[in-house]
Amino acid sequence: MTIRGIDGAKSLLRSMWMVFMHAFHRRETVLYPEEKPKLPARWRGRIVLTRDPDGQERCVACYLCSSACPVSCIALQATEDETGRRYPEFFRINFSRCIFCGMCEEACPTNSIQLTPDFEMSEYNRQNLVYEKEHLLISGTGKYPDYNFYRVAGLAIGGKDKGEAENESPPVDVRGLGL
Amino acid sequence: MSGILWHLANVAGVLGVLLTLAGALIMVERRLLALWQDRYGPNRVGPFGLLQVAADMIKIFTKEDWIPPFSDKPVFIIAPCIIMGTVLMSFAVIPFAPAVGVADLDIGLLFFLGMSSLGVYSVALAGWSSNNKYALLGGLRATAQMLSYEVFMALSLMGVVMLAGSFNLRTIVNAQQHMWFCIPQFLGLVVFTVAGIAETHRVPFDLPEAESELVAGFHSEYSGMKFGMFFVGEYLAITLISALIVTLFFGGWQGPILPPLVWFALKTAVLICGFVLLRASLPRLRYDQLMSFGWKIMLPVALLNLLITGAIVVARH
Repeated sequence: MTIRGIDGAKSLLRSMWMVFMHAFHRRETVLYPEEKPKLPARWRGRIVLTRDPDGQERCVACYLCSSACPVSCIALQATEDETGRRYPEFFRINFSRCIFCGMCEEACPTNSIQLTPDFEMSEYNRQNLVYEKEHLLISGTGKYPDYNFYRVAGLAIGGKDKGEAENESPPVDVRGLGL
Repeated sequence: MSGILWHLANVAGVLGVLLTLAGALIMVERRLLALWQDRYGPNRVGPFGLLQVAADMIKIFTKEDWIPPFSDKPVFIIAPCIIMGTVLMSFAVIPFAPAVGVADLDIGLLFFLGMSSLGVYSVALAGWSSNNKYALLGGLRATAQMLSYEVFMALSLMGVVMLAGSFNLRTIVNAQQHMWFCIPQFLGLVVFTVAGIAETHRVPFDLPEAESELVAGFHSEYSGMKFGMFFVGEYLAITLISALIVTLFFGGWQGPILPPLVWFALKTAVLICGFVLLRASLPRLRYDQLMSFGWKIMLPVALLNLLITGAIVVARH
């Protein structure tokens, strides 16, 4: 009983001493506005639409991001140019709803939609959190500098016919005799 | 005439300093807790976050002071006033310095014990009048805790009274000229400190307001300045217990070089920081542990201390 009591008192004093010594430890807090936090490269922040290395929009308006989005914050309308290349007529992300889960990025077949390490997007007006295509589209390629969907896809569009994509053989005429 | 003026100045000064201190202690506690948890705490409002106190005050004064319709209104209103009143009254007998202090009562120590017993009414009535089961549980716990810890709190002080031969706090301070009572009355100091923490219901004896189980215990239903008064009462009680420990065991205002008032303030400040350190490091006790610790350990220790001190005092005569 007495020994247990003394042990208990010792452990109390020891923990008090250890807590007291924390007065001389470095503080873990990052003083945010003055000191910016170092974000990892895969941080899921503000969403952007990227371009391929030729400077064209990567988005093919397949609606996969929109349907993958658990909070339905992505809205878009597909259209085609005269060469058959699909692109979104409008592309709208409501960031007041977005939960930055990254599902859209995972769903995207052309690496177009990407999340970036930027979280400083507060607004005084809620409407300003609705980003249109001109706000989302950036001029660079984002995380995949060399990837160009149309250059590896079999689809024929302006300037690239069937069989002209990378790693693609010319189309075989199945009714011909192979001469 | 000048005597009366000096008395009035004393009363006003003590009251002003204490109420300011109660507000400032919120800030001090938050900063100290942050320091010991490797954080910064409130450091945005004003230089070093010092104006946080003002911001908190403005906030609590402008908050809606809601009285629940199911509560017992008069009792509900009077409960927080009791704790502030009793704690402030207790300060009347504290001798801050040779010439500073509100009252020079010959039964100063008894007066303090009486006032701290009256303080129990505050939590009991608050818990009862809130008409809320958590508040009632908190109030019950607080009542049982404070009543049982009061017993050996008083007993632990009797050793000091025996050595000084008086209940007058000034006489007690003067009796410590050669040796502070923390050495001959070490057991008494330990017991009184534990009882004092329990009286102020601070961690690790904060069962009456245990957030994780009782929401906020006896003050669950309180809001606005009534809630603020409970908090001011709590911080004042911490100051009171610290000041009393200094007076009874650490020689009060006595000390070399520095003026007496500064010595008193310094010693009290160190003890207040000790209270915060306790909160930063120790977990809450279970209720049955609290009770058995009080009755089975602290009471016998206090009695033992009383016995030994009595024997020594008798032997010396």
